[in-house]
Order: sequence, then structure tokens, then C-alpha cells
Amino acid sequence: MTQRPAAAAGDKRRVASGLWQVTENDLESIAIGAGILGTGGGGNPYIGQLRARQAIRQWGPVTVLAPEELPDDASVVCVGGIGAPTVGIEKVRDLQSYYALRAIEDYTGATATALISNEIGGSNSVEPLIPAAKAGLPVVDADGMGRAFPEFQMKTFFVYGVPCCPMAIADEKGNSAIIRETVSPVWAERLARALTVQMGCVACYAVAPMTAEQVRQTAVPRTLSLARELGDAVIRARNEGDDPRAAIFGTCPGKTLFCGKVVDVERRTAAGFARGTLTIDGLDSCAGERMVIEFQNENLIARRDGAIVCTVPDLICAVTIDRGEPVTTELMRYGLRVAVLGFPAPALWAAPQGLAVAGPRAFGYDTDYVPLAV
Amino acid sequence: MFIGVDVGGTNTDAVLMDGSNRDGPNLLTGAKVPTTGDVTSGIVNAVSELLSGQPGPPSVRAVMVGTTHFTNALLERRSLAPTAVIRLALPATQLLPPLVDWPAPLRDAIGGLTYMIPGGHEFDGREIAPLGRPELQAAVQDLRRRGIAAVAVSGVFSPVNPSHETEAAALIQEAAPELRVCLSHENGRMGLLERENAAALNASLGNVAVQTVAGIKDALAALGIDAPLFMTQNDGTLMDADYAVRFPALAISSGPTNSMRGAAYLSGVRNGIVVDVGGTSTDVGALTNGFPRESDVAIQLAGVRTNFRMPDMLSISLGGGSVVSGGSVMEPEPLRIGPESVGYRLTEQALVFGGDTLTTTDLAAAAGRARVGSPHRVAALEPQLVNRGLAEIQRRVETAIDQVKLSRYDVPVILVGGGSILLGDALSGASAVLRPEHAGVANAIGAASAQVGGQVERVYSLESIGREQAVADCSAAAVARAVAAGAAAESVAVVEVDETPLTYVPSSATRVRVKAVGNLALI
Repeated sequence: MTQRPAAAAGDKRRVASGLWQVTENDLESIAIGAGILGTGGGGNPYIGQLRARQAIRQWGPVTVLAPEELPDDASVVCVGGIGAPTVGIEKVRDLQSYYALRAIEDYTGATATALISNEIGGSNSVEPLIPAAKAGLPVVDADGMGRAFPEFQMKTFFVYGVPCCPMAIADEKGNSAIIRETVSPVWAERLARALTVQMGCVACYAVAPMTAEQVRQTAVPRTLSLARELGDAVIRARNEGDDPRAAIFGTCPGKTLFCGKVVDVERRTAAGFARGTLTIDGLDSCAGERMVIEFQNENLIARRDGAIVCTVPDLICAVTIDRGEPVTTELMRYGLRVAVLGFPAPALWAAPQGLAVAGPRAFGYDTDYVPLAV
Repeated sequence: MFIGVDVGGTNTDAVLMDGSNRDGPNLLTGAKVPTTGDVTSGIVNAVSELLSGQPGPPSVRAVMVGTTHFTNALLERRSLAPTAVIRLALPATQLLPPLVDWPAPLRDAIGGLTYMIPGGHEFDGREIAPLGRPELQAAVQDLRRRGIAAVAVSGVFSPVNPSHETEAAALIQEAAPELRVCLSHENGRMGLLERENAAALNASLGNVAVQTVAGIKDALAALGIDAPLFMTQNDGTLMDADYAVRFPALAISSGPTNSMRGAAYLSGVRNGIVVDVGGTSTDVGALTNGFPRESDVAIQLAGVRTNFRMPDMLSISLGGGSVVSGGSVMEPEPLRIGPESVGYRLTEQALVFGGDTLTTTDLAAAAGRARVGSPHRVAALEPQLVNRGLAEIQRRVETAIDQVKLSRYDVPVILVGGGSILLGDALSGASAVLRPEHAGVANAIGAASAQVGGQVERVYSLESIGREQAVADCSAAAVARAVAAGAAAESVAVVEVDETPLTYVPSSATRVRVKAVGNLALI
């Protein structure tokens, strides 16, 4: 087990209020935290973690800026990966997000002064670190989801009025394209997916720069720090033999929705998305009860003995009971002993504009959002 | 008759069985001898002892061996061939070059030479770039100059389209016929880095594999045994000796699988927990329908990440050779058990065998659980120390069982391995504690009763091929692989089909994995 550096070393990194540097040592923690915030989606973190490590080794650590620390004239570019995780373990991503960044700078004539993650959940959390290390840019301690979602348009930036176009999309071969204008973010997603398939299913995109004010108004703040702190807490709990769940809740308030053994995972594919149902039979204090979770890449609705206990956009995360290891829907299997954790959604999602894009009805469920009481 | 051999870190076990694989073999006799430094002479000793009680020369039809040769070679970084890795991928994948996540000492031990050249395929079979023949030729010239003996070739999406790997192999062999060439698509599943790592391990283990197989064959010949040799793979199936020479990495860590298969065979339990107490460590794993539950996480071999299918096991540093210190009423030192172990020197160094090191086996002997060595040598041990030590051992094993168990319900627990004498007959979490007869040689029995298998994983674009056709194609490839590994064609059956649709892509593509197993083909 990897021993993290002592807390004192972590404190030293905080050069000023909220400002720290992502080094190689933070990547394992970020991967665990991003896995928890990934709510079952977001893919395998290994490749992303390894790429970020190589980038940091090659080009140096990456400075993290709180949104309030951005200069008012900042140009903040959101970068992210788009494609199929199953392809990404084979044709491992290269510098696509860096190429997309350069393409959007070239098209808009703006020079990026910071990068921001589109999605803190799963492997996309570390994507901005790679072009940031190479270009010598800081990353913002915030993202466009505060969790994971399956589709491009499901970002707080776009929900709250940041245009999603122009955007650049790039592959590893030197091909790039600009989506100049679309009538809605959904159309941007459609066009980007079509390009992605032709590009071989592991592309990256970069959206035209946001202003500092737009970031402060529309991004979910402090999420990179949260991912690292969640991972730190889990690793510390493992090393010291403490309960990883208590450590998680000590970092990010939430509650245990259920504890049990996975007894069935039913999967089907619809329009490219892995939909399915996960059935968990209760153990210990939940013995005799059953939880059923419906997922579309991410966990969306949790029912306990038939009654809904948590819905999207609140976060529904499964972690192994003993080690607090987040389990993606892809790796869910019979016999795993998991704790299902619920966390309240970021405020930007719980508001009516957010629910219209990412509430239960947006995913086709005929139910209203009832915020999780913690 | 069949001979099964399992070489562990401490002991080498051998069993003689009769009957066919189909109906389940029948154990005739077993032998257990200490593992030797050179491994091969331990095998000779075990088989000699096994046959010493047999009237006349044995008519052995096959010998199955599970061995730690290859694991040891990697852990000790001994006899590894200078190996280069050539990846066919440019312009893709440059940020993560071959061997990127290997432990530095092992990478250095094989030379760490890597080349990336144009080539490889997309998920739907299109070329990323045409194969870079000039670059490949230059690479071969360069690696010959540097004294490289073996080459691993990995192409992006070679499980979907192996043509660049096979073209590259032809070109390499033409320019440098003396090189050992291992292609990633021949034994790997999806996952470029993991498959490439496996190919590099196979390439670097070439000398060890040739020597090991030749050594075992010579030893068997010297014992008058003229029978085909098979090696056990880490997924619980067999491969013939020639296949093992090509793919030695598949034999790494087959011990735990053999132990679990042997435990299922001996106990008749198909669902339960197997606790294998060895000399240095204890492995705890779950049996599901007679087979070990497989791990979903990437398996690390000597610190190298691979995607082999292996049993989902929990290993704790506790065994029959674990060193015990403190815990005496006369000493202030707290009781300490392991992780140090006297390992295969147990019969020289443990008190009960006349040595001067207090081990867990001495505690078991003092309590009368184990009838080994000379009991009078441990008669003077403090009863409190003996009781506290054995209670601590039991507590650690019970905790491990609880972590591996799939439910809160008690399940049968099968104790195997030479160190199982450390444990009592009641364990919490166990509905029954079974100590099958011959449990001490469960690994060798697992080896002797293994089937021959083949596993293939491919991605199919469902726009060009139907779903059923995709599964049929993958199944045919798995069956062919099982036959190539030594299975009797008529007995091969597909035992596992796993289909995972590719997500986040509107076009329909799917990943299919098929495992086929069959009985050993005997001439």
C-alpha cells in the first residue's frame, strides 16, 4: 500500500489561500476521490493517472487556482476527453487535449491563461493536468459537474449560459475540427460524437475560453481539492485501520444509503450508453432488505425495498465495505460487498435550471427530485 | 496414470493418479519433499519418492507441473533475456511508451529498450497508420547491434486485427532469424499496456522457459517416465510444454489456482472457502461452482501489471514456517508472529526438528496438533505462549475468511497445505471445517486434474458483423486456442461468454470474451 507523505508535507504545498500544486504524489488520491465523485461512471482511472504522472514527470507539477484567485481578465478553457472507455484502454490517449486547446486558441485568437476540468468524476478529472503541465498553465479548482454525467451538454457552464461553441475536437494524429455554432449543447454533443467515432473513439475537446466571472458563476467550486482530500482520507483510513466511510463523510458530508452484497447486475446498451440495474441484498443492519439502483453509465436512482431514497443529481456512489474503493458500474459484479453512499448535489444542479438538464425526468424517470437529507 | 507436481516456495508435492480427466482422477499416492534451490532436483526427488512404492515401472500417460520457476526468475531478475519492445502505434499512444509502469530494477534487468513505430489499428479495424517498414527495419538493425535476444511486438487493437503484428514478426525474423519474437495478440486480451507487458514477460523468460522445460523433461526421462509434459496456467488450465516455452508468463502464479481446484476435488465442496496454509503465507479464496472466483482487478506479477485471469485471493503473511518471538511470561516483548519465515528450511531450523528457531509449527507440535519431528524438543515451551500463539494464528485466519466470504452466512471451509496443522477444528464463519485426506498435496492434485483451456477477447463492430456471428467467431478462436494448448478437439466446450457493449459510442461495437476448456488430448 502506498504511504502518503505526512500531513505536514501537504500543508507546505498550500502556498497561499487555496492554492496548491498537483504533484505525482497526489494522483493516487485524486483517482480515488474522483472515483467516488464519479457515481459509478467515468471509466477506469489507471490510464488517466499514468498519463498525468508522465506529463508531470516530463513537464513539472501543475498549480491549482481557486476560482476567486483567477485574474479578472483570465481566459479559462474547459478541456475533456470524449470517446469510449473500452477503446481508451487499448488506444491509450496521448496529447489530444493539448491539441484541442491549441486548436481553439488558434480559432478564437485568445490565449488560455488557465484550464478547467469538465467533469471531476472519473478519469476526466485529470485530463486538464496533461495540457496544463505541457503548456505551463494552472488549472482551476472547480469543474463543470461536481460529479460525473454521461453527456457533453450536462455541464453547469452551459446550463447557466456559457456558450458551448465554438469548440475544438482533436485526435492523436493531427486532425482537429471546430464546431463553430450549434443551436443547442445537445447538438454540439451529437456532432462531437460523430467526429469522435471517425477519429477512432479517443478524442478530446476544448471549449472557447470562459471569463473569470463566468467560472465563478457557473462552475462547481473546490472539486479538485475535494477529490484529493477524499482520496487522502480513504488512504489514511486504510493505513490506520479506520472505517473508510467515516473518513469519507468527514471530508464530504453524506450518508450511507445501504450496505449489502451485489446479487444481480443486469446490463443492456441503448444508444451507446450502458444502462442497467444493480440489485443489492442487505447485510448487517440492512439484512432482509433490498436495494435496486438504476444506472445509465452513472448511478441515477436508488430504491430501498421499492421506495426511492436518492435520485440524480444527488450523488449515488458504491464503495467496497472494507477498503472504501469506489466501484464503477462496469466492474460491478455478483458477490461484491458494497456500501452505497449518497451525497447532496451541488447547488447549481439542485436548482430548477439544473434539474431540467440533469434531474430524474431528464433521464426519463417519472419522478420528482427530492433532495437527500443529510 | 497421471503425475501432478506442484513446486511451491517451501515444498514440492507430487501425486500419482489414475482414471480419466472426464470422470475425475483417483488419487493413488502422494509425496512431499522440500523445494530445492535449483527447483528441478526437487521435482526429481518428489517424483522418485512417489514412484518408490510402485511395483514395476509406471505407465504414466501425462505429467502436469505447476512451478514457481518463472515467478522466481522475475522476482530475482535472474536469467532474463535482453528484451526489446516494439510497439506499432504511431502517431497514437506516445505519452505512455512501452514498459512505462514497470519497476525500474526489472526494466533495467531486461535492458529497457523500446521502439515506437507507425502502425496499429482502430477499434473498427481501420489502420491508425500503415505499418512503418523502414522504421521497423532500422529498429531491428539497432537492437541487433545492442545484443538484444528477444523482442515483444505489440500493436494497438491487435486482438481485432493482428495483421501488423504478424507482418512485423515476418520482417523481424527475416532480418534476424535468431531473435525470439513474441506477439501480443497471441496471448493477451484487450488492454494495450497489460497485453504488451505480458508479451514482454514472455519474451524475456525465453531462456528460463527453454531450460526449465528441458530440465524437467530430462529429469522425467532419467526416472524412466516417457509421457507428455504439461504446465499449469494461472487460470487453472493446462498447456503443453511447447506452448509453455512460448508463453511462460501464463504459468506464473498457478499455485493458488491449483490449490483451490485440488481442494474442491478432495472435499467435494463446490461452494465454500479454501484456506491454503503454506510455509510462509496463507492464501484464502472462494470457490464458486468448483472453480476459484476470479479477480476483476489487474494482476501484478513482480510489480508488472497484466490482465491475466487469476483467483481473487487474500494472502496473509502467516504459515507453518513463520517465526515466533516474544509473548513469553518471562519476557517483556509482545508476541510477534511472522512475517519472517524459515521457509523451506523449516525441517532444519524449527525447534521440533532440532533447529534453534521458534516457529508456528513448534507451537502446533507442542499443543499436540501436529505430529512432526521430535515432540520432546518443544515440551518445555510455556503453555501460555503456545495457547496465545495458536489463538492469534486462528484469529488472523478467521479475519481473512470473513473478508473473502460473500455473505454473512457460514460456509464450509476447506483447509489445505502443509501448514493447516496450525489451525483448530472450529473456525468462526465456518459451517464446517474440512480437512480432506491428502490435503497436504492439494496443489499437485489440482495440477493433475486440470483441464486445457483457451481464452480470447476481441472487439467487434456490429455494423459489419452480426452479434451472433461475433460470438461465434470469438468462440471458434477460443476453441482453436484450447486445441493449440493441447486439448482434445472433440471435448472442448465453451464455458464462459462475456459480452460488454462499448459505451459512449452511438455506433454499435461490442467486446466479446470467450473461454473454452476441454480434456487433455492424449496420444
